[in-house]
Amino acid sequence: MSKRSGITRRGLFRGIGTATLVAGCATPKAPPPEGPAQTPPVTPGVTLGPGPAPLQFELNGQAVTTEVPPSATLLDTLRLRLDATGTKKVCDRGSCGACMVLVDGQPQNSCMTLAHDVAGRKVTTVEGLGAGHDGGQSPLQRAFVERDALQCGFCTPGMLISCTALLARTGGAAPSADAIQDAISGNLCRCGTYPHVVAAVKSAAGGGA
Amino acid sequence: MKPFSLIRPASLDEARAAVTAAPEHVLRAGGVDLIDQMKEGLARPSALVELRTVSDAPALRELARDGDGAWSLGALVTLAQLAAASEFGAELAALREAAGSAATPSIRSMATLGGNLLQRPRCWYYRHAELVCLKKGGSHCLAINGDHRYHAILGGGPSWIVHPSTLASALLALDARVELAGAEARALPIAELFVGPKEDATREHRLAPGEILTRVTIPAAAPGQRSAYEAVKEKQSHDWPLAEVAVNVTVESGTIKAARVALGHVAPIPWRAEAAEAALVGQQPSAALIERAAAAATEGAKPLKRNAYKIPLTRGLVRATLHRALEVASPA
Ligand SMILES: Cc1cc2nc3c(=O)[nH]c(=O)nc-3n(C[C@H](O)[C@H](O)[C@H](O)COP(=O)(O)OP(=O)(O)OC[C@H]3O[C@@H](n4cnc5c(N)ncnc54)[C@H](O)[C@@H]3O)c2cc1C
Ligand code: SF4
Ligand code: FES
Ligand code: FES
Repeated sequence: MSKRSGITRRGLFRGIGTATLVAGCATPKAPPPEGPAQTPPVTPGVTLGPGPAPLQFELNGQAVTTEVPPSATLLDTLRLRLDATGTKKVCDRGSCGACMVLVDGQPQNSCMTLAHDVAGRKVTTVEGLGAGHDGGQSPLQRAFVERDALQCGFCTPGMLISCTALLARTGGAAPSADAIQDAISGNLCRCGTYPHVVAAVKSAAGGGA
Repeated sequence: MKPFSLIRPASLDEARAAVTAAPEHVLRAGGVDLIDQMKEGLARPSALVELRTVSDAPALRELARDGDGAWSLGALVTLAQLAAASEFGAELAALREAAGSAATPSIRSMATLGGNLLQRPRCWYYRHAELVCLKKGGSHCLAINGDHRYHAILGGGPSWIVHPSTLASALLALDARVELAGAEARALPIAELFVGPKEDATREHRLAPGEILTRVTIPAAAPGQRSAYEAVKEKQSHDWPLAEVAVNVTVESGTIKAARVALGHVAPIPWRAEAAEAALVGQQPSAALIERAAAAATEGAKPLKRNAYKIPLTRGLVRATLHRALEVASPA
């Protein structure tokens, strides 16, 4: 969202804009270092399904035992089977971020994740973010309310997941606006709340709004 | 999605055996493209074979440089890892920048190098379950007389897709090779991995059924080698490139000794702009030279009715990446 703003289509057509480019595009982004692809998800040597198969994982600090077929996504399992409807379904194709949850602390699109991928893992949804905080809301959640960082609210659970992970990476220190924009660059907001989300993250990092 | 079993092999041999056991058994890496195709009804596997549970092939997860300076990148390395690879120097900047520009942060942490190279095209006619075009065994291409604003301007016909892989452009510029595990192990220059529509419009890569891409290797850099990548998109995140360019240049005592210019999202295969490369080699970097190379990059372009805009766009990207890689300030 931010780093590539040195380049414009109009500039490319006119043959200018390369000077700003030299200055503006040099910094690489710093995404989370490890993806889930690095850790084998579960015990190898086993075949599951095609029918329902037992599945255990931790959801918002609680052990969950259920039974779903391999074809069930994590998103549908959360919403339809475990009644955890805070996580939203919009595109169901990995393109909007409404369905984001934390898997072992990493933001992940639950619509492109199979439920069985999280066997033995810790999953945190928006419902779990307030645990242990005054009034059942984390400082980030309170800052979202205070800074008016939501309108219809459909993107908000995913926004909160991305921003919670960002604040965990910075150890609570205030991230730059660029870092916040990068962190939410997978969260589509049709209401255009982005500037308020950036303000909310900054104020949450500044000591609970 | 149609019900399927999930096979979790412990070894590469078990994975290969499971994939070859039936034609409806499909290998899953990050699953980003595969699950999309399954939800659309384009792929209907009876079993997914997990590459991520294979534990006897460390090469699959490697991100390492050998004593001679050649890089080995495992098929399961994620785009997020490549984007964060601070150990890549100026010579591999194109790969780091390409990986960091594709998709979104959370998709990049699922998507793998191997899956990115082997994903299917995004042509919206192809992606529609009920449409049967040439690529799906039909009689003709629906894009030629349809909405082809995102389609090919170079090397098109009889299918006019653009190759979807962002990493492919960077790896083509970097002269990478791919290693495949199959009945016999083999290695190919990355350019030979891809199949153009004139040869076979129904496929985009040359893997035999059951073959597994294990890793990508990049030869050691020459002194003075630098690379760069740029893309233009309608939206700055989430979106696919309208065009993308990776360049790899080696400058020795003020003269360009070697040049690779690779174009993405303008042709059915990752496309080498050989006329642009020829214009650069043996010359001294200058804004005028870059202008000539940029003009040469789209030589031979045959746009369809609605995508000629990609010609000036691609030239602009070639100019921008070359200015950066050659450290030539812009005249503007
Ligand atoms: C919102 C969004 C935006 C995107 N933007 C971009 C973009 O700008 N540029 C870009 O390049 N991509 C983009 N993508 C696509 C994404 O990068 C690919 O879908 C992803 O890289 C595929 O990798 P995977 O590991 O998930 O592959 P999978 O889906 O697991 O596999 C894809 C195919 O390759 C086969 N396969 C995978 N690994 C191997 C192997 N090692 N050996 C043999 N066969 C194998 C599988 O059988 C399958 O057929 C985007 C995706 C989304 C959702
Ligand atoms: S461009 Fe290729 S995939 Fe798209 S409609 Fe034409 S033949 Fe089909
Ligand atoms: S619902 Fe998962 S990304 Fe849109
Ligand atoms: S608040 Fe409506 S989609 Fe973001």
